[in-house]
Amino acid sequence: MSTRLFGARIKRNIDPQLLRGEGSFIDDIPLAQALHVAFVRSPFARARINSIDISAAVAHPGVAAVYTCDNVGPLDIEMPLLIPHSSMHDARTQRPLARDDVYYVGQTVAMVVAVDRYTAEDAAALVDVDYDPRDVEIDLEKAILDDAPLVHDTHERNVAAHFVQVCGYPDSAIAQAEHVTKIRVQVDRSTAAPMECRAVAAQFDEVTGELTVWDGTQAPISVRGGLASIFKLDEDKVRVIAPNVGGGFGQKVLLFYPDELLVPMAAMQLGRPVKYIEDRRENFVGSSQERTQIHFMELYAKKTGEVIALRDSFLHDTGAFIPYGIAVAQVASTSIAGPYRIPNIWVEFKAIYTPTVPVTPYRGCGRPQACFAIERAMDQLADELGLDRFEIRRRNLIADHEFPYDREGLIFADGLKVSLDSGQYHKALAMMEERLDAPSFAAEQAKARAEGKHLGLGLAFYVEGTGLGPYEGGHVRIHPITGKVYVNTGLTSQGQGHDTVFAQIAADQLGVKPEDVILVEGDTKAFDWGVATFASRAAVVSGNAIHKSAMIVKRKALQAAANMLEADVGDVELKDGAAWIKGTDRKVPLSAVATATNPLRYAFNEAAQAATQFAPASRHDGPSLDEGEHPGLEATDYYSPPCATWAYGVHGALIEVDPELCSVTIRKYVCIHDCGNMINPMIVEGQVMGGIAQGLGGAMYERIEFDETGNMLNANFVDFLVPYATEIPDVEIHHLETPSPLNALGVKGVGEAGCIAVGAVVASGVEDALKALGGGTFRHTPITPSMIHAALDAA
Amino acid sequence: MKPSLFDYVAPRSVDEAISLLKEDSGAMILAGGQSLIPAMNMRLASPSRLIDIQNIPGLAHITVGNGKIAVGAMARHREVELHDGAAAANPVLRAALGHVAHIPIRNRGTVVGSLCHADAAAEMPMILVLTGGSVLVAGSDGRREIAAQDFFQFHMTTSRQPDEMVVEAQFPVLPPGAGFAFEEFTRRHGDYAIAAAGCILTRNGAGAVATVALAACGVSSKPLRLFAAEQILAGTRLTAADIKAAGDAACAVVTAPGDMHATAGYRKHLFASLVRRAVEKAAARAQ
Repeated sequence: MSTRLFGARIKRNIDPQLLRGEGSFIDDIPLAQALHVAFVRSPFARARINSIDISAAVAHPGVAAVYTCDNVGPLDIEMPLLIPHSSMHDARTQRPLARDDVYYVGQTVAMVVAVDRYTAEDAAALVDVDYDPRDVEIDLEKAILDDAPLVHDTHERNVAAHFVQVCGYPDSAIAQAEHVTKIRVQVDRSTAAPMECRAVAAQFDEVTGELTVWDGTQAPISVRGGLASIFKLDEDKVRVIAPNVGGGFGQKVLLFYPDELLVPMAAMQLGRPVKYIEDRRENFVGSSQERTQIHFMELYAKKTGEVIALRDSFLHDTGAFIPYGIAVAQVASTSIAGPYRIPNIWVEFKAIYTPTVPVTPYRGCGRPQACFAIERAMDQLADELGLDRFEIRRRNLIADHEFPYDREGLIFADGLKVSLDSGQYHKALAMMEERLDAPSFAAEQAKARAEGKHLGLGLAFYVEGTGLGPYEGGHVRIHPITGKVYVNTGLTSQGQGHDTVFAQIAADQLGVKPEDVILVEGDTKAFDWGVATFASRAAVVSGNAIHKSAMIVKRKALQAAANMLEADVGDVELKDGAAWIKGTDRKVPLSAVATATNPLRYAFNEAAQAATQFAPASRHDGPSLDEGEHPGLEATDYYSPPCATWAYGVHGALIEVDPELCSVTIRKYVCIHDCGNMINPMIVEGQVMGGIAQGLGGAMYERIEFDETGNMLNANFVDFLVPYATEIPDVEIHHLETPSPLNALGVKGVGEAGCIAVGAVVASGVEDALKALGGGTFRHTPITPSMIHAALDAA
Repeated sequence: MKPSLFDYVAPRSVDEAISLLKEDSGAMILAGGQSLIPAMNMRLASPSRLIDIQNIPGLAHITVGNGKIAVGAMARHREVELHDGAAAANPVLRAALGHVAHIPIRNRGTVVGSLCHADAAAEMPMILVLTGGSVLVAGSDGRREIAAQDFFQFHMTTSRQPDEMVVEAQFPVLPPGAGFAFEEFTRRHGDYAIAAAGCILTRNGAGAVATVALAACGVSSKPLRLFAAEQILAGTRLTAADIKAAGDAACAVVTAPGDMHATAGYRKHLFASLVRRAVEKAAARAQ
């Protein structure tokens, strides 16, 4: 190919199929005679179970089975703790079906399997559970008091984990400070709300002994490992497939949700396929959530505004269980200093059990909270020192020549060091200043005020450690008949466009059209070494693995083609689906090369006939395959990152607040971001735009509402306000490309980037808009009209 | 989120529908289904029988005449919204319908269905109250007309009897020379109103207010006329002070308790603004 595909705005391979409604999601998979599942869920946030009577449900016509903890055999267990950490003791995880106690409204207590979902729901209503409700405390700050009701008797003051990290010498730096800024910020609970809720279907083949599970998971390989372990099956006999999946955002990688174990169990026991299609209400009360954190931050600065130390102590709500360990809090704590030098850091968190839906990473994973804390604190410091908000940042941003910038002592969620590897932070800020025409904003603001309009400028910078290990693999093979390139990796896609960006990477090496690269992932039978899709890691980790594999295949193809063309390998190049002698019209199609490299071949097709017209692909005597030689054009290789690679960006907005309606209108929204080299700018923009929309949800609309008893009041799309397209402003996106020095492609992740800074931008802009009215501070998201009214009322 | 078991019947005449209603007190009428079906899926409603009226001839009409816009029980929101005759006769309908959910929902949902559902925050019940309209109800003893003021009793409660069916809504046309306005605030486009105010106003030759109607939704247990505010405005020249006084008076009717979308204090503050804006806009449009 004369033009490099890496970096090109290529349309997504997957889109025609999805847009025509030809996707195959789990509920679309035809399973003959399938049974359907409904759960009996706890109506109490905390209760003792006295008894469960399933007799009426069992007797209900159409019911195949009713399960409680007493008849699920190996599944009557506490589920695994994914990421152990010394900051936790006796970490509590959920049981597939509750035994003795329930810990949140929505927790699964019994499972009904019936001929259809209607019948299953009817029968679930007949399961009679006798509960003895207990006192609860939902408020995070009250949950840590001595007399607070406990979620788990094992954990005093509901503290699930306590961890302190130190970078540099905060105590001595604090002693030298000339100014201290103190701030309390709060981010409330939200949920990923994927368009497709979770789903699991399972089928057991008695003849082959093979269990097939379709699971809308982000981590099929790990699910397979778990199922094989728990049910004592050969890994080879368990196949887990994640087909088309409608959004994940972290919610679909838990390991395990109860249904992911119970549905396969029921399929094996009942000898029929079993399906569980989570409905929206269940997604609210039964699938992971995130975000609630309360930070108490102190910035210690010189009079110049240079911040020399940071102390942050925060509470992290982990819900009723802590299956993911401290991942979310750890990401927040290690991102806490943002893009600023701040060489001395003391950061502490307590993860707190509350009798609510368990908390696991949701797009952003602690970063939006950390960004909100440091960015709001920076704004306040600027205000206190009489500095401009751009200026305070300029004085603290890491300079280009200071990379890599290590935060010694802080350990990231992957267990590796925090090293901000590269970037052009100052350039990004300068671009934002220009795009917002910041120098003339004060005049514009004054003019608007004279006309009764209240404009504010919002600004926030973020960093994001992306591309976490430990590794991913890539398998690349050129198909001998068609010459098409098949690529496999251990990930899953929930709409990101993996099939296109991975095709671009492979096609660049192999000289084929990107639409002739076929990606198969999300199927343990296709490729079963790897981790999962999460942590903005697919492009970095799988992308580089596929790149490495494609380079090996390229070498093999060039050598074989050189042999066939009787040319020197250095004179051969791959382009347009063939191997060419450079500068000539002598070529051999890739399909023929692939065919010729297989010692056993058939003359059924054009590729085989073409291959016979050339010299042999391999030059050696003896057996067909030389020692160490493999048939075909195929390779598998892996990439394991040395540590996270840090992307960053700055968001800014011009915001109008109407003090009568207490409404917020975003007049202009600008995003400058840098995720290293972009494989496909269009897909990057889609990711960033989607992230910003989700971020605006968290900034202004979405909050899970619990009443005092722990009942969720808005477990539906009427009252949980996911913004519509009508709520999302036009967004200007500008790219910077600072290649990551850590991987061959120079890429950084971008999946989570868009959402991180939005809350801080909106708060900053609203606060600025209302300053003249004495509107006070905005340090709590989502920012609602009621909140604006209260602030203005107090003025 | 699957409904519990129910029977489904699709009568071919209003009489048949009424006799089906009469023989089963657990029956409910299905028109567009945009509120009832979700409620059934959530098992908040579990009718024993659904009486689907979409096959009954003669219920989908929208006619303008005799000083009113008549909207049949099967006329969809979107059909009324796009009906140029209705918009010319009383533009406040189209102004309000643009706020009713989203186009796909308006394509299915019916105006009469929304009136019968009688959500206290819904737009069309308030428009019926604002315009001084009525509904035509058929029962086994014949037909009767119920004025809007008498129809809406409480949130999701009307004076329709269990064996009656609303066959038509009647919205009076806009008085000659009148200005109108519909002002609503929602956190997202298309949601139920946190508060909304409607105004229809005429001015006399000297510019003073000759007639004024003000109504509200989202602020109480049912859609309301704002009589106190109307009295304040009547005869005035709509100075800023008059309009402010009307907004302040309107606040007194706000009884909706604080909820997750609006504190009680915010809703009052908001509502006063909406009333002021509605009056200003209607006044500017009045001839």
